[in-house]
Amino acid sequence: MAGDIVEIVLRAVCVLAAFLVLPLLVGQTEHKVMAHMQGRLGPMEAGGFHGWAQLVADGIKFSQKEDIVPLAADKRVFRIAPALGIVSYLFALAVIPLGPHTVGADVPGSLVWVLAVGGIGTVGTLMAGWGSGNKYSLLGGLRTAAQLVSYELPLILACASFAIAAGSLSLVGIAHAWTPWWLLWQLPGALVFLVAATAELQRPPFDMPVADSELVMGPYTEYTGLRFALFLLAEYAGIVVMSLLLGVLYLGGWTGPFDHQIGWLWTLLKGAIFAVLIIWIRVAWPRLREDQLQRVAWLGLVPLALLQLAITAIGVVVTSR
Amino acid sequence: MPERELTVGVGAGGLATADMVLNIGPQHPATHGVLRLRITLDGERIKAAEPIVGYMHRGAEKLFEVRDYRQILVLANRHDWLSAFSSEIGAALIVERMLGMDVPERATWVRTLLAELNRVLNHLMFLGSYPLELGAITPIFYAFREREELQAVMEEVAGGRMHYMFGRIGGLRDDLPMGWTGRVREAIDAVRRRLPDLENMLVGNEILQARTRGVGILDPKTIAAYGVSGPIARASGVDVDLRRDQPYLAYDELFAPGGPGRVVTREAGDCLARLEVLLEQVHVSLELAQACLERIESLGPGPVNVKLPKVLKVPEGADYLATENPLGFNGYYLVSRGDKTPWRLKLRSASFNNVQVLSTLLPGTLLADMVAILGSMFFVVGDVDK
Repeated sequence: MAGDIVEIVLRAVCVLAAFLVLPLLVGQTEHKVMAHMQGRLGPMEAGGFHGWAQLVADGIKFSQKEDIVPLAADKRVFRIAPALGIVSYLFALAVIPLGPHTVGADVPGSLVWVLAVGGIGTVGTLMAGWGSGNKYSLLGGLRTAAQLVSYELPLILACASFAIAAGSLSLVGIAHAWTPWWLLWQLPGALVFLVAATAELQRPPFDMPVADSELVMGPYTEYTGLRFALFLLAEYAGIVVMSLLLGVLYLGGWTGPFDHQIGWLWTLLKGAIFAVLIIWIRVAWPRLREDQLQRVAWLGLVPLALLQLAITAIGVVVTSR
Repeated sequence: MPERELTVGVGAGGLATADMVLNIGPQHPATHGVLRLRITLDGERIKAAEPIVGYMHRGAEKLFEVRDYRQILVLANRHDWLSAFSSEIGAALIVERMLGMDVPERATWVRTLLAELNRVLNHLMFLGSYPLELGAITPIFYAFREREELQAVMEEVAGGRMHYMFGRIGGLRDDLPMGWTGRVREAIDAVRRRLPDLENMLVGNEILQARTRGVGILDPKTIAAYGVSGPIARASGVDVDLRRDQPYLAYDELFAPGGPGRVVTREAGDCLARLEVLLEQVHVSLELAQACLERIESLGPGPVNVKLPKVLKVPEGADYLATENPLGFNGYYLVSRGDKTPWRLKLRSASFNNVQVLSTLLPGTLLADMVAILGSMFFVVGDVDK
C-alpha cells in the first residue's frame, strides 16, 4: 500500500517535471526557429551562447510584473481562468506514453481522457474573455467558443479512426498496434488532426481569438505578469500534448531502432517533428478569418475525417478476415 | 458568398440584441499611431464606422507662417515620415516656381533619384506591415532587409534615415559623395534580386489571397467623391499619376513614350489589388531610379544648387503645386505677400483623404476585414493629422 502511494507520487512528480520542462523547450525552439527563419537577431546576449537564457530572463520579467485585476472584471473568474487552461494540459500529459511502460498513468481509455480534458483548456480562454470586462476580450472569447465547436468534431473523428485501426482506446495499445502501413493508410486522418490541433491551440493561421492586430490580445488583453505567462505556458504545453499525441497515434510512438533502450527518445523526437511543424506554420502563413476557419472545418475537415473513418473501417474489416 | 443569417430563439421574435460601440484606437496595434475609429458592431459585423482624426495634429500649416522659406522644408518633410524626401522636394519646387528660379539639371536628376528611392522605402514599409496586420509575421523582416540596403545609401548621402533634409531651395544641400552612384546601383540590384522572395510570400500566399481578394472594394465613383489618390486610386482602375499627368522634376522625360516610367493600375479595387499595385510600383520605381543613375553619370560633375540671397523673399502671389507622393497627391498652396515667410501654406496630404473613405467602405464588413481594409489604405497618421 505504502509502495503504491510512493509510486503514484513519483509518477506525478515525473509528469510535473516533464510538464515544466517540455513547454519551455518548445518555447525556446520557437524563439530560435523563428529567429533563423526570419533572419532576426533578437536578444543574443542573455546567458552568452546564442542567447540561451533569454527564456529565463523572460520568466523573471513576468514574475516581477504587477498582477492587475481590472475593476470591471468578474474577479474570481478572471483569476481562475489561466489555471484552468494550464491544468487541463497537465492532466492530458499524464496519460501520454513515452514508452510502453514510461507513462504517468496507464489507463484503458487514455485517448478519450486526453480528448476530454484537452477541451477544458479552451473553457479557460472563454472564461478569460468573458471575465475581463473588456470588449476586445469578449470578442476574442466568443471567437474561441465558435472555434471550439468547429474543430473539436474533426479532431475526435480523426482520433476515432486511429482507435478503430488499432482496436483500442488506450494510447499504449494504439502505439503497440502501429505498423508502417499507417503512414499511408492514416495520412488523411493525421492531416485532419494536425489542422484541428493547430486550431485548438489557437496558433496561426487559426489565431483569430488572439489576433493582435484586430483584438489587441483577445481574451488575454487584460492579463499581466504571471497570469499572462501561464496562458503562454499553456499554449506551449498544448503544443507538447498535441505533438506527442500525434507522434504516438500516427508515427507509432516509441517504435524505432533500439526501442527497448531509447524508446522514450523516439517518442520525444517524433513529437518534436510536429512541434517544429506547428512553429513553421506560424512563420509561414497569415491568419484566416473566423468564417473561413468554419468553412475549412465543416466543408474540408469533417468530410475528410469521415472519409478517413470509412477507409479505416474497410481496412480493418478486410485485414481481420 | 451570399450572407445568410439565422436567428434561433425561444418565444416570439428571437433574441434581443444590442449593438456594441467599439473604439479602435487611438491606442491600438492596427492604427499605426493614433488614428481612432469609432465602430458600431452587430456581433462581428460593422454597422457604422467613423474615423476620428486629429490626435497628432502638430499645427504644421500655422508653423509654416512663422518660418522663412529655407526653414519650412524641415516642417514640410515631417508630416509623412515615410515620404520625407518627396514632401520636402515638393515644398522646394513650389517656392522655386514662384521665385522663377532655375535649378541645375544635375540637381533635378538627383532629386528624382532620391524621390524614387524614397518611394521604394515607403512601399517596402507597407509591404511589410500590411501582412503583419493579417497575421503574417515574416514578410516584414524581408521588407526591412531590403529597406536597410536603400537606407544605407540614403543615409550616406543625406546623413538621416527618415527626415533626410537633403533638398534645398534651388537644389540640394551637397554634391554626391565619391563613388556613391556605384553603391546605389549595387543596392538597387540587390533589392531587385531578392524582391521575388517577398513577392512569393505576399501575392503567392493562398491565405493572404483569401483574406484580401474581393474585400473592401472601392469603386472609381467613391474615389472621385473622396479625393482618394495614389496607389489606392490606381488599384481601382483610376489611371491618374501626377508624375505622368503633371510632370515635375525630371518625370516628363522618364514618363515620355519609350521611357522606363509607366503607371501601374489594377481593375479589381480590392485589398489584393492595392497590394499588387504597391508591389509593382516598387519595380517601376527601381527602374526609374536606375534610369536616373545612368543620367547622373552621363551628365558628369556640375553644380547641384544655386546661390541664394541672404534674405529670401517670394514675390507676391499665389500658386498651387501637387506632387505624386508615394501615398498619393501631396499639394502645396502657397500664398505670399512678398515677405520672407509664407502668408499661408496649405498642405493637401494624401492620407487625410484616403482615410476618410473608410466611413463608406467599412459598414457591412466583418471586424476581421476591418483590419485588412484599414491596412490596405496605406496611411501615415502624421500625414492625416499634419
